[in-house]
Amino acid sequence: MYPAYMEDSIRKVEASRERRLKETFSRIGDQEKAALLEDFHPDFIKEGMRKLLVGPNRGEPAPNEVAALLEGNSRINPDKINLGKVSHDVDVLVIGCGGAGASAALLAQENGAKTLLVTKLRLGDANTVGAQAGTQAADRPNDSPAIHYLDTMGGGRFDNIPELVEALVKDAPSVIKWLEELGVNWDKSPDGSMHELSGGGASRLRLHSARDYTGLEEMRVLRDEVRNRCIDYLEFSPVIELIMDDKGQVTGAILVNLETNELALVRAGAVIVATGGAGRLHIQGFPTTNHYGATADGLVLAYRVGAELIFMDTMQYHPTGAAYPVQILGQLVTEKVRTLGAQLVNAEGDQFIMPLEPRDVVASANIRECRSMKGTTTPTGEVGVWLDSPMIDLLRGEGTIARELPAMVRQFSRYNIDITKEPMLVYPTLHYQNGGIKIDPSGATSVRGLFAAGECTGGVHGRNRLIGNSTLDIFVFGRRAGKAAAQHARYVKPGTPTLNHVRRWQAGLKEAGIAKERPATPLLLPDYTRKPEDYLAGQARSKLGSDQINSA
Amino acid sequence: MNKQEWVAQKECLIDIYVMGKHYQVPDGLTIMTALEYCGYRLIRGCGCRAGFCGACATIYNLKDDPQLRYDLACQKTIEPGMYLVQIPFFPSAKALYNLEELEPTTESLLSLYPSLLTCFGCNTCTKSCPQELEVMWFVSDALRGDIPEVANKSFDCVMCGLCAARCPQGLVPYNIALLCRRLYGRYLAPTSRHLEDRIAEIEAGKFDIELEGLKKMSQDELRRCYAERDIEPAYTGKS
Repeated sequence: MYPAYMEDSIRKVEASRERRLKETFSRIGDQEKAALLEDFHPDFIKEGMRKLLVGPNRGEPAPNEVAALLEGNSRINPDKINLGKVSHDVDVLVIGCGGAGASAALLAQENGAKTLLVTKLRLGDANTVGAQAGTQAADRPNDSPAIHYLDTMGGGRFDNIPELVEALVKDAPSVIKWLEELGVNWDKSPDGSMHELSGGGASRLRLHSARDYTGLEEMRVLRDEVRNRCIDYLEFSPVIELIMDDKGQVTGAILVNLETNELALVRAGAVIVATGGAGRLHIQGFPTTNHYGATADGLVLAYRVGAELIFMDTMQYHPTGAAYPVQILGQLVTEKVRTLGAQLVNAEGDQFIMPLEPRDVVASANIRECRSMKGTTTPTGEVGVWLDSPMIDLLRGEGTIARELPAMVRQFSRYNIDITKEPMLVYPTLHYQNGGIKIDPSGATSVRGLFAAGECTGGVHGRNRLIGNSTLDIFVFGRRAGKAAAQHARYVKPGTPTLNHVRRWQAGLKEAGIAKERPATPLLLPDYTRKPEDYLAGQARSKLGSDQINSA
Repeated sequence: MNKQEWVAQKECLIDIYVMGKHYQVPDGLTIMTALEYCGYRLIRGCGCRAGFCGACATIYNLKDDPQLRYDLACQKTIEPGMYLVQIPFFPSAKALYNLEELEPTTESLLSLYPSLLTCFGCNTCTKSCPQELEVMWFVSDALRGDIPEVANKSFDCVMCGLCAARCPQGLVPYNIALLCRRLYGRYLAPTSRHLEDRIAEIEAGKFDIELEGLKKMSQDELRRCYAERDIEPAYTGKS
């Protein structure tokens, strides 16, 4: 239920609905788009970034929060690790088990590799499960991989790596089929044709969905298949450092048991990093749609062994995170809501942007609207614009919202908001890491023996990812990396294992004068527990007894 | 009521109990954020934090009301007098199978999950589902071999496992439903002709020349092609 003081604005949204149903808001031109991004997109806020002081991308900008971790201290003392004491000896080690990691593990095993999957939380605890809208693949007669290519490049501000985009669009239809053969239930018409929707920045109806639980459906199936194929896996066991050999190849990793802090060594012919994104770093203070473990661990591990990163200065802020109620602040309101026809409107009930522009453009427009005092303020001080969901049923017939958006209906109804009757209040939320570890089309990084796939990589999406291209990316490049890593492992001649790269890293930090002030990384988990300073801040909280203050 | 009054009304602390210990926390937190407010740094029982992954399935009851209730900790707002716990890991059975060797029949379901036959219809599974799915009904659909209906009714399952944890007969409804959905997707859903055609076209190299051309284009040329591309309308009538 919305607080009473918001009712006026909601009435205005209702009053303008009839007019807006007939109103088309045209797409903005190249120059206007550039100006909008520069003025309002968080990537363009100079204070939010700084240049990296150490490592392969030294001198290049990254968000402050990411830079602090990339320049972090190792969690291990190399002199205290016995590299001879190996707990797991495998061909391919996959780190992370979202869509990319699970695909990589399945393909590595299919290609004959003895495979071990390790993950920080449970199998499948990843951003994949939160992906709602769909997966892009150009498979309708009026569409083609070439059009998909052009849309993806345009969305990425034309900076995407062409060979990666080519792989993405050409593999897409076979990925859809692969998933279906594993038992994924796509939304279809009775004649078998895919029920496909439009998406921001896509010039064709190309989104394959499974209601608004697309990523969950994909992940449930892949996780089950990993279990059915009896691939070894370890949960709650993140990697805290990679192991190299004296030839400069990655040949293993050090794991930690999150509950006991016990270390374990893995020897591997090849290692695939599929650790996902970085939303839990709350860049520039934004809330996030990301899962609990999205802390950029893979970037840190890869960077420390010398893997090059690309486009680390660009993050995706999803235009529509929930701004109300506070319980779901920043959580994803799927783009499918706009895809189905809902418009974005300000407190006066007026449209201000074509709702299916690429995400960076829509997010910037939402921020502009709120900064221009045309947003609606919530009781906790958040500002948002309206996403007019009830329009969907008017456009597409009664019952469409319930059928196409069950997750959204369920989520808001918990807080007594009926999105079939009332609009949703939204504001941009940190959603996706556009850049990451640089890979080639096989998933290989710039370091031998190290492969990467999924959100932790960069280049596929340029500077801004399109809707439905991430749940495509993870399978395309997860599969490719799994296959390439298995092949690499078959022929590699490992040298003597060493942690000299960690020693060199620590020396580099000292040289740069930052070894003391940087945290131990990878971060592993965010810390949301209340600290003494939080206890003492604010009138309500200061009423708490001092016995309840725990030390941080 | 204006905004200030609304805020003032909301800015109060409520009493809850974590593993029996008394805490006061601000109104409006979820079970998950209330635990964190009380100082618990979560390792298990925390995943997507958005109601999709099923990691935070939890039980609670209220002071003076012993009835156990169920929900997702990341979605449920705390209420005064709540007794919260952290649920430890609990094992549940999952049959191992090769989807390629199965047929979409009742026999397949019963051979992998023979406990299906022992359901006596107590409906505890339905009552424990935080997604409010009709669990007992899809279990009975499974018994009748109506795999499409199981897939349909169970589709929004986040696989939190509460139904299996509470079943007095040891059924694992969420894993049975997953098997049904996979069988449906693999064997019963109608095949997509246009998908097959496109895969064949790509394999035959139909788009290779066009893609090569696009890959070699300068940024300016690409920008022009992008600006000039035709855009299919988002609405193709009422669907």
